[in-house]
Amino acid sequence: MVKVPESSGSAPLFDYAPAPESRAVVDLSPSYGLFVDGVFVDGGGRSFKTINPATEEVLAEVAEADERDVDAAVQAARRAQERVWGRMSGRERAKYLFRIARIIQERARELAVLETLDNGKPIRESRDVDVPTAAAHFFYYAGWADKLEYAVPGRPDVRPLGVAGQVIPWNFPLLMLAWKVAPALAAGNTVVLKPAETTPLTALLFAEICQQADLPPGVVNIVTGAGATGRAVVAHPGVDKVAFTGSTEVGRSIARTVAGTDKRVTLELGGKAANIVFEDAAIDQAVEGIVNGIFFNQGHVCCAGSRLLVQESVAEEVLDRLKRRMATLRVGDPLDKNTDVGAINSAEQLGRIRDLAQVGEDEGAGRWSAPCELPAQGFWFPPTLFTGVSQAHRIAREEIFGPVLSVLTFRTPSEAVEKANNTPYGLSAGVWTEKGSRILWMANQLRAGVVWANTFNKFDPTSPFGGYKESGYGREGGRQGLEGYLR
Amino acid sequence: MSPTTPGRATVRKTAKLYIGGAFPRSESGHSYVVTDSKGNFVANASKASRKDARDAVQAARKAFGGWSARTAYNRGQVVYRIAEIMEDRRPQLVEAVRQAEGLNAKQADQVVDEAVDRVVWYAGWADKITQVEGSANPVAGPYFNLSSPEPTGVVAVVAPQRSSLLGLVSVIAPVIVTGNTAVVLASEERPLPAVLLGEVMATSDVPGGVVNLLTGPWRDTAPWLAGHMDVNALDLTGVAGDPEAAIAYEQAAAENLKRVLRAPAAEPDWLGDQGTERMTRFLETKTVWHPIGI
Repeated sequence: MVKVPESSGSAPLFDYAPAPESRAVVDLSPSYGLFVDGVFVDGGGRSFKTINPATEEVLAEVAEADERDVDAAVQAARRAQERVWGRMSGRERAKYLFRIARIIQERARELAVLETLDNGKPIRESRDVDVPTAAAHFFYYAGWADKLEYAVPGRPDVRPLGVAGQVIPWNFPLLMLAWKVAPALAAGNTVVLKPAETTPLTALLFAEICQQADLPPGVVNIVTGAGATGRAVVAHPGVDKVAFTGSTEVGRSIARTVAGTDKRVTLELGGKAANIVFEDAAIDQAVEGIVNGIFFNQGHVCCAGSRLLVQESVAEEVLDRLKRRMATLRVGDPLDKNTDVGAINSAEQLGRIRDLAQVGEDEGAGRWSAPCELPAQGFWFPPTLFTGVSQAHRIAREEIFGPVLSVLTFRTPSEAVEKANNTPYGLSAGVWTEKGSRILWMANQLRAGVVWANTFNKFDPTSPFGGYKESGYGREGGRQGLEGYLR
Repeated sequence: MSPTTPGRATVRKTAKLYIGGAFPRSESGHSYVVTDSKGNFVANASKASRKDARDAVQAARKAFGGWSARTAYNRGQVVYRIAEIMEDRRPQLVEAVRQAEGLNAKQADQVVDEAVDRVVWYAGWADKITQVEGSANPVAGPYFNLSSPEPTGVVAVVAPQRSSLLGLVSVIAPVIVTGNTAVVLASEERPLPAVLLGEVMATSDVPGGVVNLLTGPWRDTAPWLAGHMDVNALDLTGVAGDPEAAIAYEQAAAENLKRVLRAPAAEPDWLGDQGTERMTRFLETKTVWHPIGI
């Protein structure tokens, strides 16, 4: 926990010296191709640039996969699935996944720096959360590969689905890859993965890791590109399974696209999580949880605690302490090891956050931003909160996907439940109280796939994650996450 | 229908809908002719309207909170009670199935046996599905973490068209035993076993609104249910063999990301092992985290 000065002044007691992580560990090529059938190839579409959102520096040119490229990747995946990977014993498959997990650990620093360069997230998060958790997913699912008969209760004869088409977002590029690729491969499927157009670089480094692991060609294929490439993956008739993490809007269109086909689908979509603080909560811990809930990864988290529901009797105190804590957040150079909040991933996303924040102000909510100096270059948004928010406000209903917190109050537990559940989303929720029976009661009442009590934003490969209602269907992680890849 | 004293006119029953624990005729006032397998007139059944479907969703939503909050033990008891009342009404059910499906007495007997036993089988799942599907997760950190299945909400079911009783209970029981509530579109041409089942529900401790049964042409009402924003899931079993309708409903279901159990190519054999998929399809997994410490 961070020591916060008791005075309301926001001036730090002393300045931190910059502690930049070296980027020398990353060897960037000027341009990257697609990874199909075990080799890097040129794409048929136009290439596009991926930039460092903290500096707007162009990092590399990346090939865009068109429909023919996607088709080639799906065919490669099909061949590999039928001839090699699907036939291989689970025992052998497991060893390849263990190898991948180990190589991720060996190259952890390189992956973390590259992730931070391409995504804008603080090195502290890519180094301590993204990369280790990605490795942990490969370790966890590696162990399932030779135990599939235990994966689905009552069904010892499960089989892989075939080729999985996977489309992942830009907020956790490598971690989302691991969430998707590890269970798919463990179950005996092969994959065609499309990373987000603003953050393709760690996926391409992962392709190299597959080569180092001697993974048979075609088992993992990576097609870079934007929406059109993703649609081609989803709609390809040779894809047996679609796995998508991203916006509810795109999820809806995927659900429409696969209607009437045999394709299986898992969707991890948007959220508008309530983080509920009761008057008996340990307030300092709750404040840490609120900060972690919404400002972790610049708020680019589908399960971010973007609605703070605080009991009226402690609202003022919580807000005071929250503002004081927010004033200590260090926003800036993502490669600096002291940085808490990094850059917004793209100009487009920054525009969206600014627009919605403006709407919050226009609708009469009180806006407060942490006093921090933002770098002149790159895409930045200060940690911000809105007070006096009602359930009718757009900032209380729509996913902002940025470091913006809406604060609402409640009086009784039932009112908290009512407000928390009053959303078409149902991905996650947080509860802060010292009373055990209330935690369990709240956990029962909340319509959300993950409930964090006295903690927030915790992830683990053994734990199923996924949403109720319009936050999507299916689960990732755990035994349940494996089921989505088995017939 | 039933034997009676010569010269005495029987008191015939009006076939009604079953919505929210009550037996309304269709709000539209419309009915349609039901014949037996040989084409003879049997009854005028209620023709459910779009408004009836909406009323049924409302009733199912209202019942969801209470039904899902019951203990699994209690839900199991209630579902078992359905089997008890079915057993009680055996002769009626046998006759209805014989008439609707054109079966001989022995075949109809067997179908009713299976239907009752199927309900008993599902009743036993109520307090086991959480144990089988849930998990305690060994996370790498000082946290206590459990995943357990929970009902998804209101499930709209297009019931099998051919198997008017066994198929019907095989799609209803898995939905409700796990704590969901159901709006069921019964077999269009063979609706009378469903009408009877509604009466069974009403007298078997099933709270009003947990099961709602609509008769009539399902193509009239299914689109509204598929697109209804307060329906959480859709079972398209009864749309077997009509891929066009299945695609349209799946697309409509995408609007609020309903969970969909897709239409099979042909109506399944209801005598076989049912497995757990009909239950798990309508369950969510909730993972609860809490720190461990002193």
